[in-house]
Amino acid sequence: MEIVPLGDSALIVRVRDRFDDAPEALNEVLQTFQQLRGAGIPGVIEVAPAYTSIAVFYNPVQVAKASGQPDRAFDWLNERVRRVVAAGAGRRERRRTKRNVPSVEIPVCYDPEFTPDLDDVARHAQISTKEVVDLHSAGEYRVGCIGFVPGFPFLTGLSKKLATPRRAVPRKEIASGSVGIGGAQTGIYPLRSPGGWNLIGRTPLQLFDPQKDPPTLLRAGDRVRFRAITREEFDSLTR
Amino acid sequence: MIVTRAGFLSSVQDLGRTGYREFGVSLSGALDSFALRVANLLVGNDEGAAGLEITFGGLESYFEDERIVAWCGGGFDVRVGSRSLPAGHAARVHAGEELKIGRPQIGCRCWLAISGGIDAPVVLGSRSTDLRAQFGGFEARALRDGDVLPLGARLRSSAFVKAIADKSTPATAISSWTAPHDWVSSAKREPILRFVRGIDWNRFNGSTLQRFTSEPFAVSPDSDRMGVRLAGPELKREDDADLISEAVAPGTIQVPPNGQPILLLGDCQTIGGYPKIAHVITIDLAIAAQLRAGDQVCFSEVSLADAHRLLLKRERELELFRVGLRLHTR
Repeated sequence: MEIVPLGDSALIVRVRDRFDDAPEALNEVLQTFQQLRGAGIPGVIEVAPAYTSIAVFYNPVQVAKASGQPDRAFDWLNERVRRVVAAGAGRRERRRTKRNVPSVEIPVCYDPEFTPDLDDVARHAQISTKEVVDLHSAGEYRVGCIGFVPGFPFLTGLSKKLATPRRAVPRKEIASGSVGIGGAQTGIYPLRSPGGWNLIGRTPLQLFDPQKDPPTLLRAGDRVRFRAITREEFDSLTR
Repeated sequence: MIVTRAGFLSSVQDLGRTGYREFGVSLSGALDSFALRVANLLVGNDEGAAGLEITFGGLESYFEDERIVAWCGGGFDVRVGSRSLPAGHAARVHAGEELKIGRPQIGCRCWLAISGGIDAPVVLGSRSTDLRAQFGGFEARALRDGDVLPLGARLRSSAFVKAIADKSTPATAISSWTAPHDWVSSAKREPILRFVRGIDWNRFNGSTLQRFTSEPFAVSPDSDRMGVRLAGPELKREDDADLISEAVAPGTIQVPPNGQPILLLGDCQTIGGYPKIAHVITIDLAIAAQLRAGDQVCFSEVSLADAHRLLLKRERELELFRVGLRLHTR
């Protein structure tokens, strides 16, 4: 574990050096995230996970006041964060029970209207488009990170066959709900936005709703399955 | 508040939306949050009240009832009726009287506080407009001609109105009190942004880093509230390792493969995978928020401890300013 400054008002706790699909890696990051969020360290504004690391955003003025050593605010915070993480690591060693991770089913329509890049993905994988759809909808995925735009889930667990490089020229506008493949990950665009992923389907579900709290359908660590739906189902669910 | 002309890009902003980064929600908020805090204090608001961020001016408006206004930011020509309102002074604006914000001579943004604040709905803990994700603020968008903005109750403004009347000539109705020049006029002719080293500083070799800290960078026209795109000496990385995406923040200077750095601002996304060469220190985000196309900007390194010292010093000065303001308006 290493702690590095991210400018003068945030720091990053790097829990792991590399990202692998092993569930323990993500579990460890998310547990550390929960510990830091619950620690109530003075001056800390918020905490957010990303794959292998956790960012801690702080108000330097409040940290300096809490530390009583205005010139050593970062060192003081660094030490507090280190202690919280160390205490959590001890607890993790003692109980290695399987965590109960929520599983979310996401209906996806692979209708030609929603799959402009299905042919490209099939060609790249040297399989048929039907096999792409079957492989994609049969997979078990996990949210490695939420970001890019609010509620965008970066999903790990994509069949290696389906890994496809991002498009050379990103699209200026992608419809909300679009399901795409970018490199070794798959994801869903929660909002109409630009983007460079290969689009192979669309979900009628709303992944981000600012009127709700929490505002996203998915959180880092959630398990995800896709269920292929017909165009009729899609239309009835969007009505 | 009736907005007859919305100008180039005006939006409702407060001090930003915190607590939702884990869901990918950007900070948003006034790009120079300190300027908005000061403007709010000048009109008797809580420093976190929602105001307007106005980019490149062109705003024309009036109020249905009497309000106090103040603004901070770039070199704008602001008029209340026929009176000129300098940055950092509070002014009474009578019902129906015109408040006009012209084009800036220098810089590009200003923040306008109105007594009572703008009563936009609180969405995910903030009244700020998230222009990219299109929620919050006034109807989840930038202002348009003809918008009518709801204002909050004029809570503490009566003492301010009296103080302005007591301490100015009736013709001007502009406060004698003002905030320090640096706080209210942040645009610089030759902007220098101080930075602390980024996590990926050492992925660049000595001569690249030398150029980063000694040569000017030009601000590109495709800059916006997400970030300032810069053109200058190519910043080539030594390695080509694929980096794992991790948090970025306003102030982060990231370097995409083309070697032309991007300085992130308040609307930036929450995570990024480009190397982070440096971070502009929080206190200098006020200067960064004024950069416009064609400006030349230089970077100068400071220590993290110095960055914190500068913030603490300014916060102490703000505390004294608050006390002074209370004495003026008792």
